[in-house]
Amino acid sequence: METLLPKDEKDLQEVFAAALANEEPVDVVGQGSKSALGRPMIAQRRIDSQAMTGVSLFEPAELVLTAGAGTPLREIVNLLDQQGQQLAFEPIDYGPLLGREPQSGTIGGLAATNASGPRRIKAGAARDHLLGFKAVSGRGDVFKSGGRVMKNVTGYDLSKLMTGSYGTLAVLTEVTFKVLPKAETEETLLFTGLEDAAAVAVMTEASGLPHELSSLAHLPAASAAALPDGLPMGASLTALRLEGPAVSVAKRKDDVIAHFKAAAGEPEALQGLASERFWAALRDVVPLARQDAQVWRLSTAPTEGAAVVEAIRAAEVPVTGWFYDWAGGLVWLAVETAPHAHAAAIRAAVETVGGHATLIRADDDVRGVTPVFHPQPAALAALTARIKNSFDPAHILNRGRMRDDF
Amino acid sequence: MSLTMPKPEEAILANRARLIERLRQILPHDNVIDEERELRAYECDALTMYRQLPLVVALPETVPQVSEIMALAKEMNVKVVPRGAGTSLSGGSLPLGDGILLAMGKFNKVLEVDYANRCARVQPGVANLAISKAVEHKGFYYAPDPSSQIACSIGGNVGENAGGVHCLKYGLTTNNILGLEVVLFGGEVVQLGGKHLDSEAYDLMGLMTGSEGLLAVITEVTVRILQKPQTARGLLLGFPTVDNGADCVAAIIAQGIIPGGLEMMDKMAIIAADDFQACGYPRDCESLVICELDGTASEVDHLIDVVSEIARGQGATYIKASDSEEERLQFWAGRKNAFPAVGAIGPDYLCMDGTIPRGQLSRVLKGMQEMSAKHGLRVANVFHAGDGNLHPLILYDANKPGDIEKAEAFGADILKLCVEVGGVLTGEHGVGVEKRDLMHTMFSEVDLETQQRVKCAFDPEHRLNPGKVFPTLNRCAELGMMHVHGGRLPFPDIPRF
Ligand SMILES: Cc1cc2nc3c(=O)[nH]c(=O)nc-3n(C[C@H](O)[C@H](O)[C@H](O)COP(=O)(O)OP(=O)(O)OC[C@H]3O[C@@H](n4cnc5c(N)ncnc54)[C@H](O)[C@@H]3O)c2cc1C
Repeated sequence: METLLPKDEKDLQEVFAAALANEEPVDVVGQGSKSALGRPMIAQRRIDSQAMTGVSLFEPAELVLTAGAGTPLREIVNLLDQQGQQLAFEPIDYGPLLGREPQSGTIGGLAATNASGPRRIKAGAARDHLLGFKAVSGRGDVFKSGGRVMKNVTGYDLSKLMTGSYGTLAVLTEVTFKVLPKAETEETLLFTGLEDAAAVAVMTEASGLPHELSSLAHLPAASAAALPDGLPMGASLTALRLEGPAVSVAKRKDDVIAHFKAAAGEPEALQGLASERFWAALRDVVPLARQDAQVWRLSTAPTEGAAVVEAIRAAEVPVTGWFYDWAGGLVWLAVETAPHAHAAAIRAAVETVGGHATLIRADDDVRGVTPVFHPQPAALAALTARIKNSFDPAHILNRGRMRDDF
Repeated sequence: MSLTMPKPEEAILANRARLIERLRQILPHDNVIDEERELRAYECDALTMYRQLPLVVALPETVPQVSEIMALAKEMNVKVVPRGAGTSLSGGSLPLGDGILLAMGKFNKVLEVDYANRCARVQPGVANLAISKAVEHKGFYYAPDPSSQIACSIGGNVGENAGGVHCLKYGLTTNNILGLEVVLFGGEVVQLGGKHLDSEAYDLMGLMTGSEGLLAVITEVTVRILQKPQTARGLLLGFPTVDNGADCVAAIIAQGIIPGGLEMMDKMAIIAADDFQACGYPRDCESLVICELDGTASEVDHLIDVVSEIARGQGATYIKASDSEEERLQFWAGRKNAFPAVGAIGPDYLCMDGTIPRGQLSRVLKGMQEMSAKHGLRVANVFHAGDGNLHPLILYDANKPGDIEKAEAFGADILKLCVEVGGVLTGEHGVGVEKRDLMHTMFSEVDLETQQRVKCAFDPEHRLNPGKVFPTLNRCAELGMMHVHGGRLPFPDIPRF
């Protein structure tokens, strides 16, 4: 397949005009780090965003950064790092899980997939940080929305529509993100040996305390054993992350330890870099990445995560590993490979409590027949299709990636 | 008033009696208001310069009733304007003479508080502050705190993506809700999100937030609730110039500190607030920064010192930290009452809401002084300084001929300047009717058409709150047409591999 490297909106318009006239859909990639997400696409031509690069605005004191959508994420992270800043939503690096080069990907791809990480519960996802963008729609229209300021209700918040649209509405050409200072220090408390239900109880209680825990996760023993070298393994781990000024972290740490002494015992502490590495491993699903298995991502209310896993196992789905993030509300689940990826049983379990299940890793042929994204009720599905059609009526963009009907 | 609204449709007006009769088949008799005397109570929102009697007011109490009304509206091709508490400052809930005003005030129940999952399901008519009140005994609160929080409804907050003085650190409405139930025009009920995070497919909850009642009627909101910080203390920082204050705000953030609140007021606002309700503001300063720091006690004490030091370095002539919860609240009282306080010297005020890149503050304030002289009206400024959201309050006298027009022109000049320096027309109050005709200063025709096509996906006949937000009402069929140009292959100028 031919790959084109448009350098600006005008180039894209030209490509789209041809796609429309000849009814030849295109697919859109950055560095291709996430191209195995979603359903396999139908495309005659590929658009590579990597010629649309460069940071055009970075004002640390105003907490804002604008870059071409094809700008490598690594470049942006380095730039922010020099100013002690970060993308606070901690975007997942799909490299380890999808068998791609680690730390690749572009800033546009991260927006299009609404990337997030363990800090999601406190800091939000890409959706909460994208302030504005420029794009070319499937109609070939160049348009913008939002701006470079934190607060803006001028017109519809199309940034929300773009984050998580997987390139099915428009091709982003430029994005503006809110950036934030890094915490002065971080520390993680690890409680060992708790069963899932007990761990959820601890996480529920901990997140109801005023200690501003920025991440809470639980790894059953088998998942903990798959953590990278240098991190504690063996027993199950229940992890609570504290971030902030050193004086504050020290105090909150003491308070958390005292609070859980009776219920969960004395925790081990990971400091600074060790803590960062731990959460990076969870963010990137390292505990399940090396399994020869299909991988699902489930989002439910925090108290329901463990019950959902229980129900899935009770339905005799061959589960080979799992762990919880977001205080129990995010479940990463590995299952033995099957043509249907056990979708029916997994989704039925999620639906009884509310939430959604996304098939993140499976072969193309599986993702071609099993809905990757959670099927929607009829009225919502119809509304979603009308929105798709308002941006891309001829379905020339990433055809098939989200749904088989567009 | 110089505002042009869509011309009332004869066919709707002619059917009024029939519509009222049909509405009374859906709702209890008294929940349908059709007498002029009672309709008066609904003729405007907090943008009082524009008034219009609604065709009829409907007060539904249940979701099926809302659904039936929306089905009826479709059947009879009648317009609908959703209304929460009517505190919009942009005319978002301004009635239409040929539209049902769908007042959601009876949806006033907190349906469920789920402390374990740190969320609450509430009906849209619940007042913003009532949510925090319902959960405070357990140490929780709902973070976005518009100054109107006693009165404004959570449904209206979603409608406008409302913010407040704590939004710099804790986010706006859009960052603090998990789920919505909405009724589409025609009556379909749709659930968006829930108690879990992030939607699959398009983020329609995010799209609904700030959509000003143009896309669907909100009938339920699931909000996140947070644990109150252990300690919070306020700092009053007074400066001899506005620039000093602005520089101080920039310096605090540049140090990596994101305070719980970071507000600024100019001299006229300081004096007005302190006159309205004595709150200990330094009346001789040109600008006042109110900074709130929260967290553990030791952290807060530490940050109070750091920020005080920064302020001294920026020339602060007055520094006062709160020593009690009472005093902290007193610091905020002046700020939170700033609008009515300025109103008291008014006699009327027009509140603007532009957001600018913070670094442009001094340029914009200087510009405003020049405009004030040009238009012959005074202006006071309160400022969500941390996030660049400016509230110039233009003082005028509605009883003085020509004053309203002058205020409107002054406001438009301010907003154009905000856009010129890289900012936007509205940070949190919405476009409504007030800024509708300025949308072209920020958006191209294509930008606006793209947004209107989204509207068409929800409401192809423009029946929901038409005449708001968009300067022109393009027909959806026309917007949907595709004009394919070119189609030339194989793009000789574009690199490939
Ligand atoms: C003194 C004062 C201070 C203020 N301070 C602030 C502030 O600090 N921050 C801030 O953000 N705003 C502030 N505002 C503005 C206003 O209070 C907010 O915009 C608020 O969110 C409006 O809520 P409401 O319930 O009054 O909504 P309304 O005014 O009734 O409606 C607002 C919009 O939402 C739509 N809407 C309402 N309910 C629904 C529903 N159920 N479904 C669909 N659409 C609906 C309406 O159609 C309208 O477009 C202030 C206003 C005043 C008068």
